[in-house]
Amino acid sequence: MLDIKNLHVKLEEEDKVILKGVDLKIEPGSVHAIMGPNGSGKSTLSYVLSGRAGYEVTDGSVTLDDVDILDMEPEERAAAGLFLAFQYPVEIPGVGNMTFLRTAVNAQRKARGQDEMSAAEFLKVIREKAKTLQIDADMLKRPVNVGFSGGEKKRNEILQMAMLEPKMCILDETDSGLDVDAMKLVSEGVNALRDAGRSFLVITHYQRLLDHIKPDVVHIMSDGRLIKSGGPELALEVEQNGYADLKADAGAV
Amino acid sequence: MARADLKKEKHEATEARISTLNMPQGGTWASMARNEALSRLRGMGLPARRDEYWKYTRPDTLIQQDAPAAALFDSLEPAVFDSVDRLKIVFVDGVFDAAASDDLSLSGVEIDRLETAAAADIHWAKDVYGRLEARGQTPVARPLAALNSAYATDGILIRVTGKAAKPISLIYTHKSEASDAILHHVIKLEKGAELTVLENGPAASRFNKVMEVEVADGAKFHHIRAQGRDHERRAATHLFTRLGSESLFKSFTLTVNGALTRNEAVIEFSGDNAVAHIAGAAMGDGAFHHDDTVFITHDAVNCESRQVYKKVLRNGAVGVFQGKILVKEGAQKTDGYQISQALLLDDDSQFLAKPELEIYADDVACSHGSTTGAIDQDALYYLRSRGVTKKEATDLLVLSFMAEAVEEIEDESLREEIVTRLTGWLERRSG
Ligand SMILES: Nc1ncnc2c1ncn2[C@@H]1O[C@H](COP(=O)(O)OP(=O)(O)OP(=O)(O)O)[C@@H](O)[C@H]1O
Ligand SMILES: [Mg+2]
Repeated sequence: MLDIKNLHVKLEEEDKVILKGVDLKIEPGSVHAIMGPNGSGKSTLSYVLSGRAGYEVTDGSVTLDDVDILDMEPEERAAAGLFLAFQYPVEIPGVGNMTFLRTAVNAQRKARGQDEMSAAEFLKVIREKAKTLQIDADMLKRPVNVGFSGGEKKRNEILQMAMLEPKMCILDETDSGLDVDAMKLVSEGVNALRDAGRSFLVITHYQRLLDHIKPDVVHIMSDGRLIKSGGPELALEVEQNGYADLKADAGAV
Repeated sequence: MARADLKKEKHEATEARISTLNMPQGGTWASMARNEALSRLRGMGLPARRDEYWKYTRPDTLIQQDAPAAALFDSLEPAVFDSVDRLKIVFVDGVFDAAASDDLSLSGVEIDRLETAAAADIHWAKDVYGRLEARGQTPVARPLAALNSAYATDGILIRVTGKAAKPISLIYTHKSEASDAILHHVIKLEKGAELTVLENGPAASRFNKVMEVEVADGAKFHHIRAQGRDHERRAATHLFTRLGSESLFKSFTLTVNGALTRNEAVIEFSGDNAVAHIAGAAMGDGAFHHDDTVFITHDAVNCESRQVYKKVLRNGAVGVFQGKILVKEGAQKTDGYQISQALLLDDDSQFLAKPELEIYADDVACSHGSTTGAIDQDALYYLRSRGVTKKEATDLLVLSFMAEAVEEIEDESLREEIVTRLTGWLERRSG
């Protein structure tokens, strides 16, 4: 599915290197988690994958189903099936949430040569999905993320993911800002999307999310590299001991 | 340069301009109104570049003797408001076209052509024609409006006594590349009356238009205008209104294309508890200079005024906003709001704004703000990351930027007409 090789990334505007050789291969149907200290480069990796401006790839490659995505525009990556649930979803005053979602769904369909979804069908589908995420009609009408609480913003991200049905889903700290019940809702939303053709990359600081969304592989990122990979037990280890030992081990290698 | 020199320069420019015009013949009331307007004009002289009020907009082409030619623009798009049930009154290059117009009859409404009414010795319009314009000449002179009152060749006089059954639609088409049109309309809404006036079309190569609107107590006036099409046309328009108590005035203008447009609005609250909203959305691409100049005088208690102006500019387009709220002594409980914002789609475009508040009452709530910005890059990226193309995402952000102004149009179907225009304009532009 997603194949990241030796990815080196620096900021375009300054000489600051953030990713220093990331290797990550995600098979179809699998769930990978990335944990790591603040500032280690997790969000940067997700931004670079989704095509945000301001970063320069100095080495390495990224392919999605064997197609190089690094030269693609963000919208082309989205149409190719990549989705990023933002750590900090953006507020867009003046653009209705519903309008935004319909525009996005139809833009992707158009890019894939499919017919637009009719207004009626769209309404039916979105109502259904919003309901399972407990997003009320008012939130659908309001401008995108404007005045949404932290948890509402995150649920709104998952609603977008559910509507767009991407094959490679990247979730950047979707659990932060969620209360216990909302975390369950969101996890159920994510789990409902799990299938053999869809993969997930879940960035989180907390083991708790991984109780709900069971990962196949857990990676630890530190200072722009994945320094250790393992099974779900690695997340437990981090929860108990922090990153100090892992970093020391990596340094020793 | 000395004041005397400026005065001389203005005098010469005024006389030169006047020499090319013929004051239409008419009955007593019209002749008087015209001659009074002419002396007002001579007293102030046509605008010059050095006038403070014309600091951001060059008046040269608006005052020169002949109108600069403006190529006709063939648009495949059907004209705005085509699908609206309305009474159509058509002017071609500023000349009334009876064949293209509907019968000038509508229940609850009296409609006359200025040309016919002016020939009569007496007409109800004598209390409004040139009168509101004259009131609007202080504290700031508006010489092009005085010139209009003196020399307007045609126009429409509307007196409304009830609720008009449908909107009156003034359609201005442009067929001659060198047309120079001067139109003057008068609208008088009697107590409790209600009317919607629509205006659209490029009008002429150069268009000078005045609309005077007297809104009596409890009356409601809605005005929706679309200035579009021909890229090289020029226009100076004035809207003068006086509002009685409990009355409502709402005006919205969409401007796309046009080399030069100056829309002045002068609103005076003379009765208590009245509401006036005036809004504008302008989209300029390339050789486009658009000026909104608004002056609102609160001279009554508990009135609400709202100015909402949005401009989207690219490829060197220029937007100007001069807006003033004057709250006179005793105009307590005034609620005045003014916002003017420009969205610059590139570094070549510019927005010049002069928002002003002048308040002589103590119990008022007035606010104003003016901003110039670019497309929000985070919002753009967010939309694109969901698969929306850059062009479509930009258009969506532009529309959302315009929304506050467009939402001032109360009627949903008319609002839709305007949104369709905005969308069409955006779609025709490449990324
Ligand atoms: N545009 C930028 N300008 C300056 N520094 C940046 C920029 N983007 C990222 N960085 C820096 O790069 C480093 C990695 O940031 P990143 O947001 O990827 O960390 P993270 O692992 O997601 O952290 P957190 O767990 O706090 O979310 C940080 O030191 C951050 O300050
Ligand atoms: Mg982060």
